[in-house]
Amino acid sequence: MTAALRFDPIRLPEKCEQLRKEVRAFLAEEIAAGTFDPNKPNREDTDAPEFSRRVGAKGWLGMTWPKKYGGQERSFLERYVVTEEMRVANAPTRRFFVADRQSGPVLIKYAPEHIKMDILPRICRGEVCFAIGMSEPNSGSDLFAAKTRATKTDGGYLINGTKIWTSSAHIADYMIAIFRTSPPTKENRRHGLTQFLVKMKQPGIKVNPIGQITGQYEFNEVVFTDFFVPDDHVLGEVDGAWKQATSELAYERSGPERFLETYYVLTELVRAVGSNPDTRSAEGIGRLVAQLHTMRRMSVSVAGMLEAGKEPVVEASIVKDIGTVWEQQLPHRVRDLAAFVEETASNRETLEQQLDFAIKTAPKLTIQGGTTEVLRGIIARGLGLR
Amino acid sequence: MAESDNIVVETAEKIFADLADPQTINHDKSGSWQAPLWQALSEAGLPLAWVPDDLGGSGASLADGFALLNAAGRFAVAVPLAETMLAGWLLAQAKIASPEGEMTVLPASPRDRITLDADGALSGRARGVPFAKAAKHFAVLAHGKNGVSIALVDAGKGRIESGLNVGYDHSDTVTLDKVQPVAIKAAPGGVDQTQLMLMGGVARSLQIAGALEAMLDISVRYSNERVAFEKKISKFQAVQHNLARLAGESAAALAAATSAADAIANAPSFDDAVYLEAASAKIRCAEAAEKGSAIAHQVHGAIGFTIEHILHRYSLRALAWRDDFGSESHWAVELGKLVALRGADELWPLVASR
Repeated sequence: MTAALRFDPIRLPEKCEQLRKEVRAFLAEEIAAGTFDPNKPNREDTDAPEFSRRVGAKGWLGMTWPKKYGGQERSFLERYVVTEEMRVANAPTRRFFVADRQSGPVLIKYAPEHIKMDILPRICRGEVCFAIGMSEPNSGSDLFAAKTRATKTDGGYLINGTKIWTSSAHIADYMIAIFRTSPPTKENRRHGLTQFLVKMKQPGIKVNPIGQITGQYEFNEVVFTDFFVPDDHVLGEVDGAWKQATSELAYERSGPERFLETYYVLTELVRAVGSNPDTRSAEGIGRLVAQLHTMRRMSVSVAGMLEAGKEPVVEASIVKDIGTVWEQQLPHRVRDLAAFVEETASNRETLEQQLDFAIKTAPKLTIQGGTTEVLRGIIARGLGLR
Repeated sequence: MAESDNIVVETAEKIFADLADPQTINHDKSGSWQAPLWQALSEAGLPLAWVPDDLGGSGASLADGFALLNAAGRFAVAVPLAETMLAGWLLAQAKIASPEGEMTVLPASPRDRITLDADGALSGRARGVPFAKAAKHFAVLAHGKNGVSIALVDAGKGRIESGLNVGYDHSDTVTLDKVQPVAIKAAPGGVDQTQLMLMGGVARSLQIAGALEAMLDISVRYSNERVAFEKKISKFQAVQHNLARLAGESAAALAAATSAADAIANAPSFDDAVYLEAASAKIRCAEAAEKGSAIAHQVHGAIGFTIEHILHRYSLRALAWRDDFGSESHWAVELGKLVALRGADELWPLVASR
């Protein structure tokens, strides 16, 4: 038999359930205090610096990291619980989400000690926001086509070029980006890119907002003009960024955010149909819940593998592939099922507003963080087809 | 492919490999392989895996039995292993000893009902009963005035209208007309028709997941052998992406089925959470059977559509198994009703409790 895919039925340990209660209580307080409205995923106030600090104060940022960097040395399964509860509540996580999920772990692995001591505790306190500088105007899924140059100069590098589709760059304090330090070689077209830590909000960096079809301005164009990055901001091996990507991708791709992005419309549909749905609504809801449950079990299973120190790159790609296709279809299926909801349903307006937003959000879900096509290529490689 | 990590599965896989090689049995139109295979499985105690020692079985755990069913799905063999296991499990719930030989369970659909009258006789019609024609005994769940009973019935006492499912396995209609059982006892608290259907549904889910694993395996292998347009077809991106989707469906089926099996094996009772797990497994695995077998056939082209090729042994069975113990439509309606009854704000807590 060729394929070696396993999704063992990992269960969250008891301590996770205690934590879940704490997170739910915290979020309920924040909602009661008016920090955010869980029914309005389309709100404009997604950047919530004070909320970010309060999450940090709870010890829920960088919670798996070493204590000396401000972390809690808790498990990935505990982090999983915090992430999924925040997502389901539509909490404003934009300011800290990227730093907590991937920038912090990259720094832990590749940054010099003094930088870790400086930045990681601030991430844990919810004080800093990170962006990721990967895509360029002519380099998206094909990461290794990146052209933004980092030219060696005294004590560091001069950066020239443009990053694009950079989420949160307009509020970010830092960016982790890849820049070209050498041309690719004949033998290895992936050679020549280096990962850097970039301090944002400085001369030489211009951030231009880009409007999205949802009406929001989450992503940006970031233009670097002779921007200086010191030597100690190089993360890992010069010219060797391609070696550093794989294991982080499993974290980035298998989390609850990969199938819960449009979850709110399912809740509202259940509310709208009431306690005694007709057969059509019941069947539709049943199928959606079965798929949701299955994806969560797969996602938890991957979290368990990560906790056990494995690198389930193919399994994580499968979770993101079917999870994002599902969350993309979800608003459309909910729309189908909502067609016969009573005009008098008390939450009809909320449901319609949410559907409007979710349908506009849906196209990006199978693009951001690794397109469906890239994921299926990775899965195919895992199957021994490439 | 889940490597076998317990002795029950190892034993079964060895027997299947020795006596149920898919290529060999596919060419054997007489079915002469069935008797030796059944004998070997029986000698190893596998059909009565879920029956405790003192009731005539081999006393394997629920978890081991579920893993065995997953392995059986990977070989998609046409013998009533799952059915006899379920029958033995049902009888053991009422402490009724299991006889030797093939068994199956009645009813096999949530829409059918067997009744128990005041004289202790059983009546009713059960449709789509897998392997009824091959069975020597039926394990019957019946409804009487005093609640639910479990009975052992001599298969010769029922009237059997024989039929075949889309996988060419027996799926028969069994009519009981005032049949006196060999043994009958009241079902213990909690054991009812819904629980029997969920157990059967999870068994089928594991078999479907196993069949999908096998379909993925033979499809990948075929794509690495077959040459078209001067390349192996595995080098075409369209084929690669189809196979990646098949891997996804196979993985989803396996995850849903093993999670449900784990839930049942460790649950003190069939509460809402176990219901979510078991119903979801049947729904998701049935959906995966449809999508996955379509892709496996697409990759194989015309050769996979021939009766000589082994693919249909997996694809048609996976599709047929969707119908047993409640289809995905049935469970989706029931699960949807449960979710609606609990209310919108209880949906996430239910999902997150797993």
